[in-house]
Amino acid sequence: MRIKVNRDNCTGCRLCLQICAIEHFSEINPKKAALRIEAKFPDPGKFRPFICTQCGKCAEVCPEDAIYQNEVGGYIVDKEKCTNCGDCIVACPMDVICQHPDLGYVIKCDFCMECTKVCNTNALVEWERKPTAKETEARNE
Amino acid sequence: MNNGLAGTTLRVNLTTGEIKRFPTDEKLFRRWHGGRGVIAKLLYDEVPRNADPFGPENIFIVNVGIMSGCYIPSGSKTEFGSISPLTNGHGDSNMGGHLGPMLKFAGYDMLIFTGISPKPVFLYIDNDTVELRDAAKYWGIGSLDCEEQLKKDLGEDFEIATIGPAGENGVLFSCITHDFGRQAGRTGQGTVMGSKKLKAIAVRGNRSILVHDLEALKKQVAEIIQRTKKHPNMEPWQKYGTSFFIRWSNDNAVLPAYNFKTTYYEDVGKIDGDQLIEHCLITHKACFGCWMNCGKYTKAVVEGRPVVHLEGPEYETAATCGSNLGMKDINHVAYINWMMDNLGMDSMSGGGVTAFAMECFEKGFITKEDLEGYTLKWGSLDDVEHFLDMVVHKRGIGEWFAGGSKRAAEKIGKGSEKFAMQVKGQEMSGYDGRWAPGMLLSYMTADIGAHHNRSWTITVDMAEGRESVEGRAKIVVYLQHIRPLFDTWCICRLFWGELDISPEEIVESLNHITGWGITVDEALRTSEMIWNLTRCHYLERNRDIGRVFDYPPARSWEEKIPSGPGKGKGVTKEQVEKMLDEYYEARGWDENGNPTREVLVDLELDFAADNLEKIGFLGKPIPGGVPPIRGEKYKPKAF
Repeated sequence: MRIKVNRDNCTGCRLCLQICAIEHFSEINPKKAALRIEAKFPDPGKFRPFICTQCGKCAEVCPEDAIYQNEVGGYIVDKEKCTNCGDCIVACPMDVICQHPDLGYVIKCDFCMECTKVCNTNALVEWERKPTAKETEARNE
Repeated sequence: MNNGLAGTTLRVNLTTGEIKRFPTDEKLFRRWHGGRGVIAKLLYDEVPRNADPFGPENIFIVNVGIMSGCYIPSGSKTEFGSISPLTNGHGDSNMGGHLGPMLKFAGYDMLIFTGISPKPVFLYIDNDTVELRDAAKYWGIGSLDCEEQLKKDLGEDFEIATIGPAGENGVLFSCITHDFGRQAGRTGQGTVMGSKKLKAIAVRGNRSILVHDLEALKKQVAEIIQRTKKHPNMEPWQKYGTSFFIRWSNDNAVLPAYNFKTTYYEDVGKIDGDQLIEHCLITHKACFGCWMNCGKYTKAVVEGRPVVHLEGPEYETAATCGSNLGMKDINHVAYINWMMDNLGMDSMSGGGVTAFAMECFEKGFITKEDLEGYTLKWGSLDDVEHFLDMVVHKRGIGEWFAGGSKRAAEKIGKGSEKFAMQVKGQEMSGYDGRWAPGMLLSYMTADIGAHHNRSWTITVDMAEGRESVEGRAKIVVYLQHIRPLFDTWCICRLFWGELDISPEEIVESLNHITGWGITVDEALRTSEMIWNLTRCHYLERNRDIGRVFDYPPARSWEEKIPSGPGKGKGVTKEQVEKMLDEYYEARGWDENGNPTREVLVDLELDFAADNLEKIGFLGKPIPGGVPPIRGEKYKPKAF
């Protein structure tokens, strides 16, 4: 499972940012979301959503081994281990890991798919595909 | 606070530069529901009745209401309020976008500006950092250009509201612009900002909004999302936004054309929604938390001019600056839309004023000499561009029109007031009410002048009979209670109007956010309190019986519709009088349109009754008393 981005469909409503923070922190706060929307206005006048692709670069650079891969391929932050050093933020190619002054750990997508449920323009779509060999192995363990 | 409020109110004294922080007055918000309600009460309480709207005693309020930013259908609105320089009464106007939610994320429910700054400034807010900063660099540049520049200077993640040269120069119908195309257009709120030398507000925040019962809210919103996705109106709204209705309005004889001379525009096919999507659309654009994305971000391509970007034209602008000016090319309409946005003019009043001037030119009341050698012909983009330049810089007769069509007609004379299409100084929106009498009554009685957002009855008139006026007043009263509630809560009304979310559902959301546990009827009563308070305020400032302010221009009853499906239709003066009689009766006001003590006391507005009595404009007691329930519940059909 992954999230497919149809970036031209994004209308910049930020419902995805809202639900992300609601789901994980029980607060309404787009600055606590693990995805972002880039708005390029007035020219050319486009929105572009950026989401975590679960590429794992954050886990590779984490000095504390605080980011691990779960059974469906998502990279998860261990809040106890994370020291909020920010190395993963620098390494993230999509710039979707963030810090918030309320928290002592980084905010990162955990593949919950809630953003895809509120998106009404199919800019973010839950996408089924054949799992990779690694994912299958992980599930079978 | 677990009630949707951010917790802090700022009072900014622009004269001294002092900024004070106060805990948000929760009791005030509970009683007046935020937004337009709190603004109405503060304007009533704090602005002296003889205060000049341009003077330091006028206050300018930004209010984010209760529900804005709170994960509900388009909880995106920001309400602005001050004494309107256009109507000289309570003024408020709102816009969508992202500013209001961002103010809450920075920790603020309300900004109250007093005084006048000695030099141009903008208010900078980054969470707890609140500063008045020098705006010399930005003064004089367009609204859209200013937003772009401020984002470059401060950061892309700031939400910004600006005014343009129109607001700086005191054009009475100046707007506030945000998000490259969202406007609080009506009642000259941008004019008041300009008079205070406040060029912009820039805000960024990263705080959380906490609500009473987030789980219940989340569950309710999830259900509403799934249900409204399947609503038949969703697809056209997402594709066209309000531009869908230009052709509908023309087909149903309410689209104003040529300064409201007629309601049939023969070239509608050149400016309708299909043209907009085919020739201008860049991307669909939504307000904060809205899955309906009615915003259409576009470009206007006109030979010999730079390609410009804008949002729209949405319905009102396509009507007031399109058919009403006789424009025959969607790119020209979009270009006028962009000019008005960047100059910082309300496109509804701006279109109305321009159309009025065009008719004056047609009739020979103003000439090429008056227009610096230019003509002002229907459909001419060059003429409109030059005319707007005269207006925004108040050059020559441009100064007359900068005061709106009512004041311009007073200067021009020759009976021109009969076709200055305004009520209380504010120009009509994009609907002609001659064959939609409820709509005409809505314009006549709206507390801020001829604006459609207080009550919109086209489909009511179609359902209840377009020739008759009986019974329409009670429905208008109800709509004037329910529709402004959205401006009070600072959310968008389109989910109610077009996607059939019920008032009960919205109040349920309100209760999930606030924990108030109120009913729809209680909310409607609050809205009626607000309506009566703004009426009292208007009478106290303008010192005459209410009825004299409630007449539309004579064209509305003297001229029948000359062409199209509404040919030969129109209300009579007797029907106009009858509608006013029925309206005042339905409100519990006397035949002069003055609120009675009985109705004001019933609404706990005893203080307003006392004030009206002191100046001799308290309504005479009604024999038999006032109706126990004012207004008749009605859900107008969507378009």
